[in-house]
Amino acid sequence: VSMSPATEQRQFTVRMRFFHWLTAAMVLTMLGIGLAMVASLAYYHRLISIHRPLGILILILVVIRFINRRYSTLPPFLPTMSPRERSIASASELFLYALLIVQPLVGWGMLSAARYPIMLHGSLHLFPILPHNVMLYAVLRRAHTVLAYLLSLTILAHFGAVLFHSWVMRDGTFSRMAPWRVRAH
Amino acid sequence: MTPDNFGISYICLVSSGALKLAATRHFGRLAGTGVVLLGAAGAFLYLGGWFNPEALTPARFADGFERADGIYSGFRLNHAKGVCVSGSFESNGRGTRLSKAVVFKPGRVPIIGRFSLPGGNPYVADEPETVHGLGLLFKLPDGEEWRTAMIDTPVFNVNTPQAFYDRLFAAQPDPKTGKPDPEKMAAFLVSHPETVQAMKIIQSHPAPSGFDNSTFYGLNAFWFVDGSGISTPVRWSMVPEQPFVAADTAAAHGDKNYLFDALIASIHQHPLQWHLIITIGQPSDPTNDATIPWPDAREQVDVGTLTLDRVESEDADSCRVINFDPLVLPEGIAPSADPLLSARSAVYSQSFTRRAGEKKLPSAVTPSEVQK
Repeated sequence: VSMSPATEQRQFTVRMRFFHWLTAAMVLTMLGIGLAMVASLAYYHRLISIHRPLGILILILVVIRFINRRYSTLPPFLPTMSPRERSIASASELFLYALLIVQPLVGWGMLSAARYPIMLHGSLHLFPILPHNVMLYAVLRRAHTVLAYLLSLTILAHFGAVLFHSWVMRDGTFSRMAPWRVRAH
Repeated sequence: MTPDNFGISYICLVSSGALKLAATRHFGRLAGTGVVLLGAAGAFLYLGGWFNPEALTPARFADGFERADGIYSGFRLNHAKGVCVSGSFESNGRGTRLSKAVVFKPGRVPIIGRFSLPGGNPYVADEPETVHGLGLLFKLPDGEEWRTAMIDTPVFNVNTPQAFYDRLFAAQPDPKTGKPDPEKMAAFLVSHPETVQAMKIIQSHPAPSGFDNSTFYGLNAFWFVDGSGISTPVRWSMVPEQPFVAADTAAAHGDKNYLFDALIASIHQHPLQWHLIITIGQPSDPTNDATIPWPDAREQVDVGTLTLDRVESEDADSCRVINFDPLVLPEGIAPSADPLLSARSAVYSQSFTRRAGEKKLPSAVTPSEVQK
């Protein structure tokens, strides 16, 4: 294996890839649960009982992931990406981080403003982070929906961009974040 | 960069790349990418019920209430007329053998409650034969809550959310006559024999004269879970200390709030009390059908006393801002498989979200009426 700078790191670190796929699985599950829960009478309670603790787990995970990212070395962009595309990729990454941190906080905040007990598991529950104010609840509840759709669209754009690069242009974008190890050659 | 700008520049970028490639051999893969993305988006929209416009969702249920009873800004979609009460629940400790819930340990917890009448009209006139409602919130010392919404009929008149919705429209007054269309209700009852049975049971109990001497029933079955994880099927009721007086059909005297006024006067006179009675089900007793009563011989345990000693107009906001969601439960009480429970939780939540964002109209029972 060559140790020249161009080839020494083609993939994100193992820890970054682990965090990426764990977040992906949890967030996709979460979006599915959120969408299904607001449309269902029969499964509403079961789904919301998963939705609350999973949201908090995602918040914790994303904060840890963000800290880990700041202290990790990233592989260089592929030469197939123009400077413009690179800046969009970086901005979209930041935007995703922001959404993934704000969305659970809005959920926690809206339940606080409505003074619902924020039950996680058994008798374990969270403290309220906002004052009891139902008008505030109404605003945050709407924001939670808007953010969920924004998050879905951003993930879809991210997925589309990777698909375009990896499948149409065949430039190996996916292998950078592949859950398995991809050898340089 | 705003999300919109970001989206637009991204679309430009992808489509310019796409155009270049469209003329080449990559066209098939590009089309494939589009199909995969549409499929992913479609799968999520399917989960959100976008392709099933006929299904009864919480939002459509709420729309149904608004269509049936009209829209009253800032009020609940059902049980819209009410007053707030508060007091305490004193547990005698006898519930601890059935449930590990903190509420059953000996001691006192604060209560916020709400007496109400059914229907979406918050200005409806009180009637002798009307159903009485009581919502309660038990504030437990560890930060947990137990909320329950009860009415004074021993069973419920439907056993599925769809039947509730269909009955709502079957019972709707005809705009021409101002009375429900008997044919519509007859058609509903033909397809719902469980409702016919339940109505018989409800009508065999004489209606009480007021809120203070009503027995309130939790209607749905729940599970009590004890410290060792053993679950017991239960139903609960609040049995009044105040002696039963049958409803007097001549009592209304044209006073639109006479039931609430009588409640206010009686709380001002002395605190009102109810016993929380837990009925213990047997394995043969249905836990998923609110129209079927359990046999009278079932063991009952008096687990404590509810005392209500303060009353306030809803305009004071003490209970108006509370959603008496029957699935806000402490550890030690778990929902049964009764389909009404999850549906109640979903629709109450929808109702709460709608009224939380609306301008509040004044309540029928005004603050000055409560001070009289």
